[in-house]
Amino acid sequence: MSIWIDSILQGILLGAIYALFAAGLSLVFGVMRLVNVAHGDFIVLAAFLALWLQKLFGFSTPFWTLLLLVPLMFVLGYVLQRAVINPALTENVLRPLLITFGLSIIVQNGLLQIFSADAQKLQGGSLEVVSFALPGGLALGAFPLLMLAISVAILGGLQSLMFHTRLGRALRATSDDIKTASLMGVRTPHLFSIASGLALATVAVAGVFSGIRASFIPTNGPDWLIFAFEAVIIGGLGSLWGTLAGGIILGVAQSIGAHFSPGWQLLTGHLVFLALLMLRPRGLFPRRTE
Amino acid sequence: MNAPIQTPFHVNQSSRLSRISGWLSVAVVVVLATVPWWLGRGQVSVLMEFFYYLALAQLWNLLAGFSGIVSLGQQAFLGLGGYVLFFACTQMGLHPLVALLLAGLAGAVIALPSALAVFRLQGAYQAIGTWVIAEIFALIFLQVQVLGAGSGMSLPVSIARQVQIGSVRRDAVLYLIALLLGVLVMACSYALLRSRTGLALMAIRDNELSARTAGVNSQRIKLMVFVATSFGTALAGALIYLAKLRISPQAAFDINWTSYMMFIVIIGGIGTLEGPIVGTLVFFLLREYLSQLGGSYLILLGALAIVVMLFLPGGIWGTFATRLKVSLFPTQRWFIEDV
Repeated sequence: MSIWIDSILQGILLGAIYALFAAGLSLVFGVMRLVNVAHGDFIVLAAFLALWLQKLFGFSTPFWTLLLLVPLMFVLGYVLQRAVINPALTENVLRPLLITFGLSIIVQNGLLQIFSADAQKLQGGSLEVVSFALPGGLALGAFPLLMLAISVAILGGLQSLMFHTRLGRALRATSDDIKTASLMGVRTPHLFSIASGLALATVAVAGVFSGIRASFIPTNGPDWLIFAFEAVIIGGLGSLWGTLAGGIILGVAQSIGAHFSPGWQLLTGHLVFLALLMLRPRGLFPRRTE
Repeated sequence: MNAPIQTPFHVNQSSRLSRISGWLSVAVVVVLATVPWWLGRGQVSVLMEFFYYLALAQLWNLLAGFSGIVSLGQQAFLGLGGYVLFFACTQMGLHPLVALLLAGLAGAVIALPSALAVFRLQGAYQAIGTWVIAEIFALIFLQVQVLGAGSGMSLPVSIARQVQIGSVRRDAVLYLIALLLGVLVMACSYALLRSRTGLALMAIRDNELSARTAGVNSQRIKLMVFVATSFGTALAGALIYLAKLRISPQAAFDINWTSYMMFIVIIGGIGTLEGPIVGTLVFFLLREYLSQLGGSYLILLGALAIVVMLFLPGGIWGTFATRLKVSLFPTQRWFIEDV
């Protein structure tokens, strides 16, 4: 019995990482239907930048790099959206798709050239080994719990931004009907760039946390991207709490699969994703019915 | 009720240019078929790759450019084809050339259950769904011990030797098969798109609801295209791994296969038959002249994708053809009034 509880608890913690990976993707996918295949590579980029910034300034822990990394990634997101993605955002989904594919191979190969293919890791210090004992011989690590808290905070923050601020109202209006929103005075190019900036700001956090959690190489992007997409799609377009739920469902499915055989971990996750999508082609909590 | 005034008209499907380019293509193919007898092995092998990339790209174009099915999971069928070939040759003792056809058939058969999932999804969800299906394929083959599981397997030399036919070398036979595959995919796509079914297909892509209202059975036609492209992709995959002689799940089910198909088609001009030819030419010219740059070559490839999409949204051929109103392999119909 306690083995099952353990699997589910570990799955929830694993799912929190996927939800964190997915937060920014959920935002840009929800607002502009952009299939950003470079999202995973940006997470890897953030992890490498954190590594570099920590060395450069001699920070004692990689968490300090977030002070620089979050604004830096926000600016990068804003500029990239404004310069290369906005001009290609038309009815045709393939144009922006190919542009993000271009960005993806530029980031991947750029990192390979600068940092080589060696595995790197950010050192989280004592936080990585602290854990809390639970009744029944279970234990929860402090670092995974912190990640869960951060994940809930970021997705909750984005959710309230979308539903309780002027910016969020404009973003939702643009998502529903871009032409009418523009006629009402919404500056869509600027707005889309803000959304992308926010997305990459969450990517900065995701990069630092995933870099502490496990080692990473420049080509990890696509592996992380697919989990992020699954979390977004399970949750439903435009719902950030849905993305959190999607990440956790994926994490629990993988964790239960791994319980049967290590080779089954990813397979179970993908199969649960497909099965859910068969039952609910729009995901569990889509924001509106189209 | 007044009868509408009818001007006599007819519909043209070809032009003088398209007839010339048709005959010229036949001549080019005949010349290409003699290549192994007067070009070096290295160049023949590059040309073999050229034609299987052309076939793969044109098949992806048939899905994304003409049927509105955006797949990021073509590597599922490519890898499956490769593995079926290895299994049929090593475990069933089939001749490799027979195994090629079996691999294609396996792709078509497996496409049917995959279609159940793929066709329930739309747009971006469909793209991600196909990618997840390909990952599922990879993870399944990762578990199969008899196919080498995670470390993959090699094709024994004795089997590789069977590909030689009489005095025709193995690499020449593989090249000729790749050429045949490329030409067949081009010719069949051309014939399909000029037929009634092709018209229905393009109507579905442009507006599925209107097409269905006009009596087009959209699901059946899309399924037909999906099964046919899966057949071709699996066959191409089998050919690729018959040439490489070594297969592993990581390589065979790599999403980069689909990324390159997408790159070739969109750079060349999606939704045109000429586009993939131009795209494959660009892709190979870049590779031949710049690949010694290593990683920088891929960075240039990424930058090119971005630049072309920003300044030539229809791709190279697409933009050129629209400006000059030319079409070498026209799939449209010209309405002509007889005055």
